[in-house]
Amino acid sequence: MTWVNAVIQGVLLGGQYALIACGLSLAFGVMRIVNLAHGDLAVCGAYLGLVLSSALGVPVWVTLPLLLPTAFAVGALLQVTLFARALRHGVLAPVLVTFGLSVMIENLLQEAATSDPRGLNGGSLALASFHITSGITVSWLFMTAFLTACAVLSGLQLLLSRTNWGRQVRAIADDLDTARLVGIRVRPLFATVAGIAVATAALAGVFIGTIGTFDPLAGANTLIFAFEAVVIGGLGSLWGTLAGGVALGVTQVVVGQVNQAYAVLAVHLLFLGFLAVRPTGLFTAPSSRLGALG
Amino acid sequence: MTAPLLDITDLDVCYGDFQALFGVSVSVAPGAATALVGANGAGKTTLLRTIAGARFPTSGTIRYRDADLTTAPPHRRIAQGIALVPEGRRLFPSLTVEENIQVGAAAAASKQWPLDRIYATFPMIAARRAQRASTLSGGEQQAVAIARALAAAPALLLLDEISLGLAPRVVEDLYQTLAEIKFAGATMIIVEQDLQRAMATCDHLVCLLEGRVALNAPVANLTRDQVVAAYFGDTTT
Repeated sequence: MTWVNAVIQGVLLGGQYALIACGLSLAFGVMRIVNLAHGDLAVCGAYLGLVLSSALGVPVWVTLPLLLPTAFAVGALLQVTLFARALRHGVLAPVLVTFGLSVMIENLLQEAATSDPRGLNGGSLALASFHITSGITVSWLFMTAFLTACAVLSGLQLLLSRTNWGRQVRAIADDLDTARLVGIRVRPLFATVAGIAVATAALAGVFIGTIGTFDPLAGANTLIFAFEAVVIGGLGSLWGTLAGGVALGVTQVVVGQVNQAYAVLAVHLLFLGFLAVRPTGLFTAPSSRLGALG
Repeated sequence: MTAPLLDITDLDVCYGDFQALFGVSVSVAPGAATALVGANGAGKTTLLRTIAGARFPTSGTIRYRDADLTTAPPHRRIAQGIALVPEGRRLFPSLTVEENIQVGAAAAASKQWPLDRIYATFPMIAARRAQRASTLSGGEQQAVAIARALAAAPALLLLDEISLGLAPRVVEDLYQTLAEIKFAGATMIIVEQDLQRAMATCDHLVCLLEGRVALNAPVANLTRDQVVAAYFGDTTT
């Protein structure tokens, strides 16, 4: 029974990883940018949640209608002012620019909020749980995080496959030059994609901050897990990202059941194994970087 | 004489240090079909892509319907009615046939070419509308590429080597369809390797030689020998 429990907890944990990773995956699939500040932006989301929920005196969930649009705007603004310029200067420039952004965010957060670990006010949801059987207890918070990840991924998938916006985004992912030539306005589309990527990161940050604690340097670790989920799932494939996140989560909890000391190491070994054996990931998109969505 | 739809003056286009076009001046009358011929590397594709906005000239102007479009981005040109069928088709492989066409309508000048009219014009792709573009045959892909440009309701349709790599019968069908589209009022610039076909289809002919205009005249005033001479830069004939 403990093993079944470990797998279930692992799957739920994987949902959180997928939620952080989906924005990374989307941004890479569409704009070919690996945003090294993605984890730090998630942490910024957590801090913003902290500021808003303590200022208003409400659980952090209540602040989401304010927090998510703000994060979206920040993402769009970063794209227009920073990433778009970096993308014009080859493959290395965006890596350097986002790395620099990551360093800046971490230091600014330390200046403004000190390096004390913080937690978010999750309201009554934070401590609630339910029993599946006598041996298996599931936290509502973990369940909510997992279901939110599924909802966000399904929503993105629907947006991409059914809407005019999604069609244009997929066309850009296929062939940017031709997309421009047939009249797609790339700049505003990139801005919305970056906005969505940062908004999902901020949402993931809120869950991270509610489930555990966070500090100004938590972004780097967050980024590594997100990056591993994206690579294991297959670059640019959203459902692959969920599968990758779940693979990480299950590995972490099941190995942790045996020996807690090796849990995180096992996750990184799984990632290295994938890189060695199947570097294209579980869900490869042969003809397109967003092909598995079509 | 009516005012030209498109008026290109002294166009220079460079790729870095390499200059592809030298002082090219061409004007296109509304409703006319202009053949753009020349050897490989003469600058035909560069000229079409510059008209479509994929490249910006280093000097010279592109005027269209009395507006200066020299530095306009592609989406503005499409909204004005200039659409390109690029060399090599360049469909979006992961999108379906219908999605490819819908994407083409993103910045459309008007609703003159709705989906049903496009399918009526290209019956062979109507049955394939839900298929991924990458699964189609070459001829079907070319038809989709033209359909995607038509979805933008172009007044000026730029066609870059649509017969490349296709069977003669398929090419015949495509040109038949182009004749219908022209009859419906579209102005065209057609890059075509087959001189015979180019002269049979078009009213006007422009021959480029190493980035310069070597010949620019109504087809009716030209003999095949004159065009061949301009094509190879042979000044003795």
